[in-house]
Amino acid sequence: MTTLLRLYWEFFKTGLFAVGGGMATLPFLKDIGETTGWYTYSDLMNMLAVSESTPGPIGINMATYVGFTVGGVPGAVIATIGEVTPSIIVILIVAAMLKKFRDSKYVQNAFYGLRPASTGLIGAACVSVMFEVLTCVRIASADGSLLNSFQLMGGNLFNLRGLALAVVLLVLTNWVKPVKNWHPIVFIALSAVVGVVFGFAGV
Amino acid sequence: MKEMLELFLTFSKMGVMTFGGGMAMLPILQREVVDNKHWATEEELVDYYAIGQCTPGIIAVNTATFIGQKKGGAIGGILATLGLVFPSLVIISLLAGLITNFSHLAWVKNAFAGIQVCVCVLIFNATVKLLKKSVVDKPTAAIFVLVLVGSVFLNVSPVWFVILAALMGILLKNLEVKA
Repeated sequence: MTTLLRLYWEFFKTGLFAVGGGMATLPFLKDIGETTGWYTYSDLMNMLAVSESTPGPIGINMATYVGFTVGGVPGAVIATIGEVTPSIIVILIVAAMLKKFRDSKYVQNAFYGLRPASTGLIGAACVSVMFEVLTCVRIASADGSLLNSFQLMGGNLFNLRGLALAVVLLVLTNWVKPVKNWHPIVFIALSAVVGVVFGFAGV
Repeated sequence: MKEMLELFLTFSKMGVMTFGGGMAMLPILQREVVDNKHWATEEELVDYYAIGQCTPGIIAVNTATFIGQKKGGAIGGILATLGLVFPSLVIISLLAGLITNFSHLAWVKNAFAGIQVCVCVLIFNATVKLLKKSVVDKPTAAIFVLVLVGSVFLNVSPVWFVILAALMGILLKNLEVKA
């Protein structure tokens, strides 16, 4: 019971502070995993991949998946409801004073600062994902310490096979027409096949 | 009552049809909400969408709540959102159960190790795309860099960065007006 309450509260916070859509929830979900120990960053990335490859908004899929991981079907429901509660409250308030909200200097100015901050948080999540997947360096945040530490696990600094695949995918998704406009699910499927063929997990 | 059920079902349908993020939902919303149901005009939809992007939370949820409340008040807003998230709850719960059962297999582990590389690239691309929209001048570039570096090196909840950035935005704009 306390787990479900905590789950609701954590996702309520995520829904309230993540500005800019599904990907903006990633830094918050990462933070939840670190502070509660419910799942690892690696688990979270698998959930993100599944969320991108199934119908429905990515943010909702991730909330559902994380909730399911923590507490089965009730967890999935609680996490999702928790994440949409602030949205519903905020939008109902905004809708009641639509014109005032749109013309408010304070709101506009706050978002002037919020948008790059949200991008910065996603960028930081991206940096940790890169460390996690492409190198053997891990970012660890210990309780009570303000600074994160960087630790080298295993012998090699870089995961060369992963790095090679990343470069190929980066080129395909950004510069090769018409491939770059394909749905992410195509690249996810392709990477799964490459992972199996070349034994990416080393098992 | 019938109207409320229709709200729930229509948004459930859109939840199944949306593949990807909130952005992918706009053309589907246009067809269903504007052309088929006449619940909102094209202009209203664009307004809702714009506000949905800059209010907290998932863009698709914010837009759904907006349209729902226009059609059926607060209850309408809640039902539209519940409708939207319903398919995700069913599909993800089924899949998550399935994946848990197979996650010990070697080929599943290898497949996910490959997929993680792809996720890495997808997050990178999303960041670059957002960067172009959110970093518009020197102050916003400074906020982006400070939050990025701060978040990588400090063990601090993202919540604090968000609150601080909103205050910074108000402060910077006020200084701009005075200068």
